[in-house]
Amino acid sequence: MKVLVPVKRVIDYNVKVRVKADQTGVDLANVKMSMNPFDEIAVEEAVRLKEKGKVSEVIAVSIGPAQASETIRTALAMGADRGILVKTEGEVEPLAVAKILKAICDVEQPGLVIAGKQAIDDDSNQTGQMLAALLGWGQATFAHRMELGDTSAKVEREIDGGLQTLEVKLPAVVTTDLRLNEPRYASLPNIMKAKKKPIEEKTPADYGVDAAPRLKVLKVSEPPKRQGGVKVKTVAEFVAKLHEIGAL
Amino acid sequence: MAALVIAEHDNKALKDATAKTVTAAAQLGAPVHVLVAGQNCGSVAEAAAKLAGVEKVLVADDALYAQMIAETMEALILSLAGKYDAILAPATANGKNYLPRVAAKLDVPQISEIVKVVAPDTFERPIYAGNAIQTVQAGAGKKVISVRTTAFKAAEATGSAAIEKVAAASDPGRVKFVGEELSKSERPDLTSAKIVVSGGRGLQSGENFKLLEKIADKLHAAVGASRAAVDAGFVPNDFQVGQTGKVVAPDLYIAVGISGAIQHLAGMKDSKVIAAINKDEEAPIFQIADVGLVADLFKAIPEMVEELTRLGV
Repeated sequence: MKVLVPVKRVIDYNVKVRVKADQTGVDLANVKMSMNPFDEIAVEEAVRLKEKGKVSEVIAVSIGPAQASETIRTALAMGADRGILVKTEGEVEPLAVAKILKAICDVEQPGLVIAGKQAIDDDSNQTGQMLAALLGWGQATFAHRMELGDTSAKVEREIDGGLQTLEVKLPAVVTTDLRLNEPRYASLPNIMKAKKKPIEEKTPADYGVDAAPRLKVLKVSEPPKRQGGVKVKTVAEFVAKLHEIGAL
Repeated sequence: MAALVIAEHDNKALKDATAKTVTAAAQLGAPVHVLVAGQNCGSVAEAAAKLAGVEKVLVADDALYAQMIAETMEALILSLAGKYDAILAPATANGKNYLPRVAAKLDVPQISEIVKVVAPDTFERPIYAGNAIQTVQAGAGKKVISVRTTAFKAAEATGSAAIEKVAAASDPGRVKFVGEELSKSERPDLTSAKIVVSGGRGLQSGENFKLLEKIADKLHAAVGASRAAVDAGFVPNDFQVGQTGKVVAPDLYIAVGISGAIQHLAGMKDSKVIAAINKDEEAPIFQIADVGLVADLFKAIPEMVEELTRLGV
């Protein structure tokens, strides 16, 4: 069984994001970029399935600028077998990403797609679900633990107030939550090996997909700033102050 | 045309998230209908019918909807979508799960987690974990919107809408529900509590969270935690407040032994009042706290319990 893992190049999660003065977006110049953390978890899960012999091939796909090939290389260094880079310019909305991924699934026929539950840049949390719908597949989002069988996957998922277990028929889409696993660091030999693994380059047009955004971003602004208030030294003052401002 | 709000509920009670989504939907300026999909969910439909601003409640009562499985919800919502030009759901674990499927099948983008309706086609939504706010305008076609419920007031229970039954849609049959394990707690739910007391790495152990529980019990508060405390194994993940956990906006948020990492602030900075207890005077949490107590929490918490008792809280 093949597994397809979409990986997105995003601002590194440790970077403090700055909104551009002209409000057209956030400043990406000279900022460290990395693989979306939830996608790293997805790659790790796929590679572990391969190591257990349950999966024959792991394909990493990225949709983005030329530099997204670096993100694919990271996945290859973690243990993915080959990559597909679909080159795009500017923002690509989740719906267009899902359409491109669907077209790739039609060609590659994976038994499973493991995707991050959301990208930490646009925080949409849509792509995996949209892909599953377009393919007519079942989905198990926000996975906490998964067991892959031959014809189905049993997935424990994080829901409000606890955990839910679903059994989803294959092929299916699983999206990862934080606790599914702890992604490995690629070793130097594996980083070297990854340089030789193949990355195929494509465009959305190759898949007949129009990747132009459908939503118009009017502006991107700073969130309202909170001002710090008073600092006190004793519990009595603390409680009195909270009382005074009506919070207690 | 009207807007359709998908209700969040547990087959017994209507969740507050629905009333808040109704408020967002009403701001689109069209009549609001609510869809209750569940099993033996009559009381939920009645509660939905009382929400101010709701014109009609649709009820799909069928074993298929005992849980909100994404594939069955998609089929049901699509069977009704023709009559609506906007479909809204609260951005709960359920809403996030089924709604993008609906958008994809309608071939429209989804607008996730709106926090403000600027105009009927223009919305504000947080990106980068709330470190930036994006204003987006929808194009032609149906609007599919998830609503960050902490940003909207709940519609009041002063209405009386008609309730209408709708037929169940077909079962795509791709997914089987196996089971559910919900954490049991006497305390209010984290996302709807008026007061939240959260602990961080400073608590040092899961055992020490009992200290927080004492304050929480006095204040009828929910207990939360930072990702650091969850990662350290002090408490389960569903306690987590932050970018990768729950987003809360209570009237009072008390952060105890939490330094205030960006990812935690993203989950609580819209609280009405923020109070912080930390022994490190330089902790970033104090930059946004309305009231800060610089003290060792292991001394301060028992003292606070006494002080609240003394005041008769």
